[in-house]
Amino acid sequence: MRYLEAGKRHTVRFTLNGRAVEGDAEPRLLLSDFLRQTLGAFGTHVGCEHGSCGACTIQMDGKAVRSCLLYAVQVEGKALTTVENLATPDGLNELQAAMQKHHGLQCGFCTPGILMSLTQLREEEPNADEARIRDVLSGHICRCTGYDGIVKAALDVFGDVFGKN
Amino acid sequence: MKPAAFDYAQPDTLGEALALMAKKGEAARICAGGQSLAAMMNMRLATPEVLIDIAGLAELQTIDIANGAIEVGAGVTQAELLAWPKLAEFQPLLAQLLPWVGHYQTRARGTVCGSLAHSDPSSELPLALALLGGDVFVRSQRGHRIINAEDFQVGMMATALEADEMIVAARFPLARPATASAFEEVAQRHGDFAIVAVGAVGNKDGVRLGVGGVADTPGVVDLTWPVADAALNDFAWSLGGADDQHATARYRRELVRRIGRRVIDEVHNALP
Ligand code: FES
Ligand code: FES
Repeated sequence: MRYLEAGKRHTVRFTLNGRAVEGDAEPRLLLSDFLRQTLGAFGTHVGCEHGSCGACTIQMDGKAVRSCLLYAVQVEGKALTTVENLATPDGLNELQAAMQKHHGLQCGFCTPGILMSLTQLREEEPNADEARIRDVLSGHICRCTGYDGIVKAALDVFGDVFGKN
Repeated sequence: MKPAAFDYAQPDTLGEALALMAKKGEAARICAGGQSLAAMMNMRLATPEVLIDIAGLAELQTIDIANGAIEVGAGVTQAELLAWPKLAEFQPLLAQLLPWVGHYQTRARGTVCGSLAHSDPSSELPLALALLGGDVFVRSQRGHRIINAEDFQVGMMATALEADEMIVAARFPLARPATASAFEEVAQRHGDFAIVAVGAVGNKDGVRLGVGGVADTPGVVDLTWPVADAALNDFAWSLGGADDQHATARYRRELVRRIGRRVIDEVHNALP
């Protein structure tokens, strides 16, 4: 049994955006804080820290999950993807570019989480329709946009509008 | 919004987990998906000394049909049960209700049994267990027992589990032939805590209605056809809801009457 004592730091190893990373964490350290403060990966944002706002959403082993409801010690050996993984060497990826085009963000606080949820959804359901996209976005709070720009951006890259997929 | 310090244990077997539970008792908490527990720990509403993470235990990852029920192991996430290909055929109520449990992003981690153990009055899965007359299979180092839904949830976020016990599986009875079901809820945002959640299962003789979000535990009533408004009204009053920051008791009664009527009609129309 892996037993990690409180108050001591334990080495955690996993892959982040395809790269092997490691760092030390007490059991109580949230994954969101580990990403930002230990690894310096500030792309993942932190809003509520109790699973409501969605700002901290990342992909873990092919699922969109809240990084504020995970402890760093729980992701030993897992494969994590964060918003830093999205842009290509040529610039924004398709979804990011669509967000820009449709004003899917203003302050951008909610954006990393929304991008990761939509990225996961696109992998699972490339033809998701507007109702499904709105259902998935219900797991995020955006205080700026009113969501319509985000939905338009998503519809641009999901299949049903242009029948691309 | 950071949790208090705790020891983190990741047992390799169920036996190890139960031994640790027996040793630590009240000081330990089981964590499967952690979608309720971690939030409560962040708010320091829960401060376990030891967190026992059972998410990796392969023996708890199973969905089976046995003894006339769908048996859902304690490691199975809400998303996994929702994606189980036989769900709509064997228990349509669960297929109707699971999309209302939390959000896409929390269903990916949150487990079915964890939601039952958490026993929030507004959550959907305890309502499903009560409405369908299911039970939970519970283990400890001392042995095992099966607890019926009505005996399991004893109050708001309170269950019949002893300090050394854990749920290893939840059992939802299979849908019977010639029955129909429906589910609907009202929340401030889809996926948020239900202000009122209503499910119904019926056959040619009558309909069983279950309501969550009003009382401390799910309320269930059996009604015969045709269901009169007065019967629905009596049921709404019998739940004894209170005013809170989300809604008044009066508004909740109105929702029980209106959504109750809608799901009853839906069941009636869907019956063969
Ligand atoms: S910071 Fe994780 S959901 Fe809000
Ligand atoms: S862009 Fe500001 S919160 Fe969404």
